Amino acid sequence: MAESSKAAAAGPDFGKAAKDALLSGIIAFALFGPLVGLRTAQNMNNELVVLNELGKALLITAIVVAGRFLLSAFVFPAIASRGKKSKAILTPEEVAAASARTRNVSRGALLFLLVYPFLMVLIFGVQGSIKWVDNFGIQILIYVMLGWGLNIVIGLAGLLDLGYVAFYAVGAYSYALLAINFDLSFWILLPLSGILAAFWGMILGFPVLRLRGDYLAIVTLAFGEIIRLVLINWKDFSGGSAGISSIPKVTLFGIKFDASPEGFAKMFDLPMSSAYYKIFLYYLILALALLTAYVTLRLRRLPIGRAWEALREDEVACRSLGINTTNTKLTAFAIGAMFAGFAGSFFAARQGFVSPESFVFMESAVIVAIVVLGGMGSMVGVAIAAVVMIGGTELLRELSFLKVVFGNDFNPDQFRMLIFGLAMVATMIVRPRGFVSARQPTAVLFERKAISGDLVKEGHG
Amino acid sequence: MSTQNRWENDPILEVQHLTMRFGGLVAVNDLTFRAGRGDVTALIGPNGAGKTTVFNCITGFYKPTTGMLQLKHRAGGEWLLERMPDFKIAQKARVARTFQNIRLFSGMTVLENLLVAQHNPLMIASGMTFLGVLGIGGYRAKEKEAIERAKYWLDKTRLMERADDPAGDLPYGAQRRLEIARAMCTEPELLCLDEPAAGLNPRESAELNQLLLGIRETEGTSLLLIEHDMSVVMEISDHVVVLEYGTKISDGTPAEVKSDPKVIAAYLGVDDEEVETVEHQLDVLTGEAN
Amino acid sequence: MEIFVQQLINGITLGSIYGLIAIGYTMVFGIIGMVNFSHGDVFMVSAFFALIFFLVLTQWLGVSSVIVALIIVMVISMILTGLLSWAIERIAYRPLRGSFRLAPLISAIGMSIVLSNFIQVAQGPRNKPTPPMVRDVYTLWDANGYAVTLSLKQIIIIAVTIILLAAFWYLVQKTPLGRAQRACEQDRKMAGLLGINVDRTISLTFVMGAALAAVAGTLFLMYYGVVHFADGFAPGIMAFTAAVLGGIGSLPGAVLGGLLIGLIETLWGQYVSADYKNVAAFSILVVVLIFMPQGILGRPEVEKV
Repeated sequence: MAESSKAAAAGPDFGKAAKDALLSGIIAFALFGPLVGLRTAQNMNNELVVLNELGKALLITAIVVAGRFLLSAFVFPAIASRGKKSKAILTPEEVAAASARTRNVSRGALLFLLVYPFLMVLIFGVQGSIKWVDNFGIQILIYVMLGWGLNIVIGLAGLLDLGYVAFYAVGAYSYALLAINFDLSFWILLPLSGILAAFWGMILGFPVLRLRGDYLAIVTLAFGEIIRLVLINWKDFSGGSAGISSIPKVTLFGIKFDASPEGFAKMFDLPMSSAYYKIFLYYLILALALLTAYVTLRLRRLPIGRAWEALREDEVACRSLGINTTNTKLTAFAIGAMFAGFAGSFFAARQGFVSPESFVFMESAVIVAIVVLGGMGSMVGVAIAAVVMIGGTELLRELSFLKVVFGNDFNPDQFRMLIFGLAMVATMIVRPRGFVSARQPTAVLFERKAISGDLVKEGHG
Repeated sequence: MSTQNRWENDPILEVQHLTMRFGGLVAVNDLTFRAGRGDVTALIGPNGAGKTTVFNCITGFYKPTTGMLQLKHRAGGEWLLERMPDFKIAQKARVARTFQNIRLFSGMTVLENLLVAQHNPLMIASGMTFLGVLGIGGYRAKEKEAIERAKYWLDKTRLMERADDPAGDLPYGAQRRLEIARAMCTEPELLCLDEPAAGLNPRESAELNQLLLGIRETEGTSLLLIEHDMSVVMEISDHVVVLEYGTKISDGTPAEVKSDPKVIAAYLGVDDEEVETVEHQLDVLTGEAN
Repeated sequence: MEIFVQQLINGITLGSIYGLIAIGYTMVFGIIGMVNFSHGDVFMVSAFFALIFFLVLTQWLGVSSVIVALIIVMVISMILTGLLSWAIERIAYRPLRGSFRLAPLISAIGMSIVLSNFIQVAQGPRNKPTPPMVRDVYTLWDANGYAVTLSLKQIIIIAVTIILLAAFWYLVQKTPLGRAQRACEQDRKMAGLLGINVDRTISLTFVMGAALAAVAGTLFLMYYGVVHFADGFAPGIMAFTAAVLGGIGSLPGAVLGGLLIGLIETLWGQYVSADYKNVAAFSILVVVLIFMPQGILGRPEVEKV
């Protein structure tokens, strides 16, 4: 304590900060100088030439120098002295307060989600609400659902699955192909897609689940890529990279959302707008996501859910207690895959079009990132992560007004994934255990106490 | 050796010609011994004698190179352990174990640890999960029963107050007790304890002895233990098997083993410190016996 | 037969590039047990460094000898890519060392997204074709109208790979740095207690891996004559497959794995189906991991109870 207060009294060490800043500046210029300052582009004769844009590189370098100076002089000492005062480990009271807070937050959030489309209609009008319901509401909820599904595999069972998007693809293609070829309704195909995805989960899971650690991650990644490559190359089956278009839409008890006399708008005597369909889809994905959450919460309190968590904690001990770890892992894998299948068939119905482009590895990475950033095993955390990461990057699309500042070449969309990646790295450094790391026990004798994330293991798979 | 011993007449476990090789290393070499029903059998020997390897063979974590491991239940069932996968040994043959370096589910509460141990019966009660998710079937009642059983063992191991704390937060001695409670929740016929007294202070160690003897008394569970602490071995075991370099060098009652020159030589052959402690402990015990 | 030999040559060339990248994966995994997911993108950035400096040398500074230009470009790219990798390790991985196991992996995936999108923003989303740098092609023999050829590019790639691997092998086996690395691989804490600067050793491992990736990047640019911001992913995954196939943690294994993957890819493309050649490589990865998880030259992992 005495030392830290002395350091604080002495004020920031500007000399050291300046040295750090200078060094960072040199490195930044060495890297950004060529990559930003020497831009390669094709000229009129289609020859590649180098354009001198060193001004930009100098600007970035200056930002790095200034940032590094501020960090060294003020931010790091502040973090260091705060770190001395309060250790990262929370007291039981703090953990309990945090869990009570999450409970209230989740109740409020649920209420908000239920009225969200109407709020949007009220604020932006029927037509104006489409963007907010579709691009934000539906898009985020799809990722919330995928995150919750994958949370079963990674967060509860501790199996690192980097090929989750494959099951999403299975669901999407199941719906697309069966709806087009056999003219079956969405409501039949939704469960069927889930079952097919779960079935694939079992087939792929069976050989790989005896692998441990990063090997499991890599094999699941490979399987994900294999499925995508097969979808690209097996053109007779899947339409290849062109994908499948004009996939039937979802109907509400047989009511279609189109301009026909039996359509939703005519039936209720409303002006024709695609907003109603979007709002309907919003509630559909909300229901599916809540189903995922409900089933997960139930499963956690059943022996299978406890076995998953025990598996994450210590596989050898599980086996010594008579738990068939292969079957237990397989169920986690299959149930996780099933929810991806549901989400996939919803995705296909919503887009009306599927192609292998939608199921690239990056999608898996984004879903894994949501689960880990949220805090493994925490449903609320995963939902928050999905809102922040997906909603945040969707918001970046709205930054077109910055063109006024940066000129017409500025395309905020390009920066979307760049910022997404930076956010991933930054969150991991600041909160390696994710937003919500405390674990809620599944059975209580006297008093419910949340378990600090420092004790919870992350699994070997 | 007399034929009056329980391990000769009514063995729960018969180990015959057990050999375990790892590449060129022979960890256990043609080991044959019996563990009596209701006995506390101790497996002792210097470091690296292959005791834990024997345990791992019995509980199925290693597949023996050759040999037979036969387990007979009170009710009459018979199992050949070397042919069963590890989880089946725990589930069907009812062999439970603890680990040398404690393996608890540290991020789960004490109570949850004990419920995980009752996975298999609870799994059936939940209709293999399908009925449980829908909330039908008698799962709730069964879970209550499971919690009652957990409470019984919490009481026996003096962990009741810590029931809702994460297992990783418990002090060392309590973690050892919890591991035993967890193993007992599987209702085993044979309980294998890998150095249960390691790292315990004398008071805790004495309590452990009472706990283990109590388990044998009230549950009728047979105990097989690896132990370095001679006071524990001599005080609670009925039968001692001594290993050195993977081979059995002595087998009998604690008194017989204690005076076996081969055993003394084996321990003299190890480093001086260990011999001194062993000799000292033996002296103390002989002194007490006199 | 002629076609087979031709594909063999092509496969070894491709395999050399994979092998050079694979070493970066295998060394980092060996020393800190982390799958350095951004390594493929580091490779891609190195190819961009090479491209930019090649253009600067030939267009601005008027260097006329392609070989001289290539050598200078390779050295610059090695230095800058090493620096890049050092900076990435320092910013994104070191703060996470010893924390939660998944955190560095997620951070690495994030870094991979950052690198490819940064290049997209900074250098544009289009393919970057260069004029052919080395054109000479030698016909080895001509049979039934099919000429088996070996291009100077291929000779350069194979020769550079062999020379660098030899130098690298010496560095790892015979120098104090290599010894420190192997010590850190065995037991980082103990190595630290014995006075090895663990942080610096790990940093240097990243730098060395990146420098070899930069060699691969330069050779890649020379061989294909084009580079794109998304070019990090596929070669990255293939090289990782190579590292696993050879036995992750083993340096000769990485090279062997690289050659095998290169051969499988070209031979499969020739004889079975060009469309499914990546499927073949991934399938082999899966089969190897399931049935031989330690790889060809790796040490088997014993489960401790």
